[in-house]
Amino acid sequence: MRLLDLLGFAAGALRGHRLRTTLSVAGVAVGIAAVVALTALGEGARAYVVDQFAALGSNLLIVLPGKVETTGAAPFGGVTHDLTLDDYRAIARLPRVRRSAPMAVATDSVRYRDRGRDVPVLGTTADFADVRRLEVGSGAFLSAGDPEEGGNEIVLGVTVANELFRGESPLGQVVRVGPWRFRVVGVLAPRGQSLSFNIDDVVFVPVRTAMRVFNRSSLFRILVDVRMRDELALAKRDVEGLMRERHRADDVTVITQDALIAAFSSILRVLTLALVGIASVSLAVAGVGIMNVMLVSVTERRAEIGLLKALGARDRQVLAAFLAEAVLLALTGGVAGLAIGAAAIRVFVGIYPSFPASPPAWAVAAALGVSLAVGVGFGVWPARRATRLDPVAALARR
Amino acid sequence: MIRLEDVWRTYTVGESEVDALKGVSLEIARGEHLALIGPSGSGKSTMLHIVGCLDRPTRGRYLLEGREVGSLSEDERSHLRRHRIGFVFQFFHLLPRLSALGNVELPMLFAGTPAGERRERAAAALDAVGLAPRAAHRPDQLSGGERQRVAIARAVVMDPAVLLADEPTGNLDRASALEVMSLLEGMNRRGLTLVVVTHDPAIAERARRVVRMSDGEIQGTGDRGPGTGNDPGLPGARCPDPEPRDRG
Ligand SMILES: Nc1ncnc2c1ncn2[C@@H]1O[C@H](COP(=O)(O)OP(=O)(O)O)[C@@H](O)[C@H]1O
Ligand SMILES: [Mg+2]
Repeated sequence: MRLLDLLGFAAGALRGHRLRTTLSVAGVAVGIAAVVALTALGEGARAYVVDQFAALGSNLLIVLPGKVETTGAAPFGGVTHDLTLDDYRAIARLPRVRRSAPMAVATDSVRYRDRGRDVPVLGTTADFADVRRLEVGSGAFLSAGDPEEGGNEIVLGVTVANELFRGESPLGQVVRVGPWRFRVVGVLAPRGQSLSFNIDDVVFVPVRTAMRVFNRSSLFRILVDVRMRDELALAKRDVEGLMRERHRADDVTVITQDALIAAFSSILRVLTLALVGIASVSLAVAGVGIMNVMLVSVTERRAEIGLLKALGARDRQVLAAFLAEAVLLALTGGVAGLAIGAAAIRVFVGIYPSFPASPPAWAVAAALGVSLAVGVGFGVWPARRATRLDPVAALARR
Repeated sequence: MIRLEDVWRTYTVGESEVDALKGVSLEIARGEHLALIGPSGSGKSTMLHIVGCLDRPTRGRYLLEGREVGSLSEDERSHLRRHRIGFVFQFFHLLPRLSALGNVELPMLFAGTPAGERRERAAAALDAVGLAPRAAHRPDQLSGGERQRVAIARAVVMDPAVLLADEPTGNLDRASALEVMSLLEGMNRRGLTLVVVTHDPAIAERARRVVRMSDGEIQGTGDRGPGTGNDPGLPGARCPDPEPRDRG
């Protein structure tokens, strides 16, 4: 039996039951559409986050005290040396390093007259703005100079400035952080989330000042901007070697931005897969639907099966004919589902144009593969029942 | 050409066993026209199914064109059904979704005949039963007699050696029945071996030889001799086992 004839025969049988065929095709289509749309959204979210990270500058190394596994749990084993300003200066002098910025962090209330706001206070140097690609809205960022000097200037995130000054110009005004007085030299342009801080809702003071007033002996982080992107790994090794030498121990962690991105990316991919897994349940349901339709079909068409056998159809051919019906149902559903999913994504992108949602090629291929598998997987049992029918009994009218 | 030797067919129904055929022996020569008559439940259809390779004897031997069918594989048996045997049923068994032409094409579909040749041969077969103008009609647009003629066209389109008809006129009025029978007889005259199961004495009378069955056994054979248009040179068949037998 030729393949085209087989498909034609199966399609003819399906056309005989339009409503039933339409419904089971719709079942598969919904499942596939859900899988495709959710994959596209999940992948879109991943691409979006990765893009955002990449916009931060991907030449970044982050040095943290303690030997930790990428994400920042407690250090393990041995004494951990503080990360000091001297360490920072040594790192900044490395030849592969373009710039570096220390970070000391505490949370305290920032007050102007009777208004106050609890915010993270970041102690750093002038280079921080360049390393993090920060833009200043008005005034200036912390002045360059000896980090040991530690003046009393402060730079406000835009949210802090708006909350405390309500339209007044903050430049030159004096705010209090805890009991200490600072003079506002600048306000940042709006920026939003950057790594673990909302840059709009923090204040910046000189690093030395921050360590002194908050009584910190160790830096929270040192950010390192590497000259050449290709040399990121080398620079990382430089920093690690330098710190091992200075501390006589392997007690700092250097992570690359790439590692962060990769971690986020893989978390989001797992989320996407979880979504797809949930959506696949509907595919399984659709598969059971196909099986049901095919079982009904086999029961209804006993006489036809008996006839085909009487006409000399081989068991294999009867099996193929019924399997072809199930596969046609599933594949039609798969293609329809792809179309519906793609349309849904278009609508979504129409509403949120900045969201890069499009079904990845692997999802499209997988959707078709899965619907084929659903057709075969759920069609094979009914088809086998068809071949096992005794033709004499099937032909008899009872 | 067809030879049954002491064929038994036993159905197991629950605890008990039903013998549908009890030691049937029969020989049918090439080109014969044989009528199989007997009361309902006497085993006529069972025998026809065995002859048509749709069923196997529980015991005994069945030879079709010298080959013992019982020992053949399922695939070989379906090959026989496809190429050597044509079936016509009381209830036509046309596929309602296919046109007359499509129904006649069916056996060739499973034989892998190319589409063009299939169409041509099906059209010729329909023409031979006088239904060329109805080729595009679906079964529900045809009368009973026309449906049976489509079924006959389908049964002979593969050019089989034997045509087995199980009460082909059982669902037809007299005029259509006569039409169908003369069609079958015409094919028989051109060499097709014809076995017709029937209730109708008038139909049976037209056969060259009548085999009467009762309770799973052959009761007798009435050889009507030449006269119905059969080749007079064909050997008459005997009933080789006239004694009624009982099991165990
Ligand atoms: N599938 C079956 N299971 C049990 N008994 C059967 C089956 N098919 C036929 N029989 C029995 O076999 C006998 C012969 O049946 P059948 O050949 O159909 O008779 P006929 O065609 O002469 O009317 C009947 O008694 C019938 O009840
Ligand atoms: Mg019968």
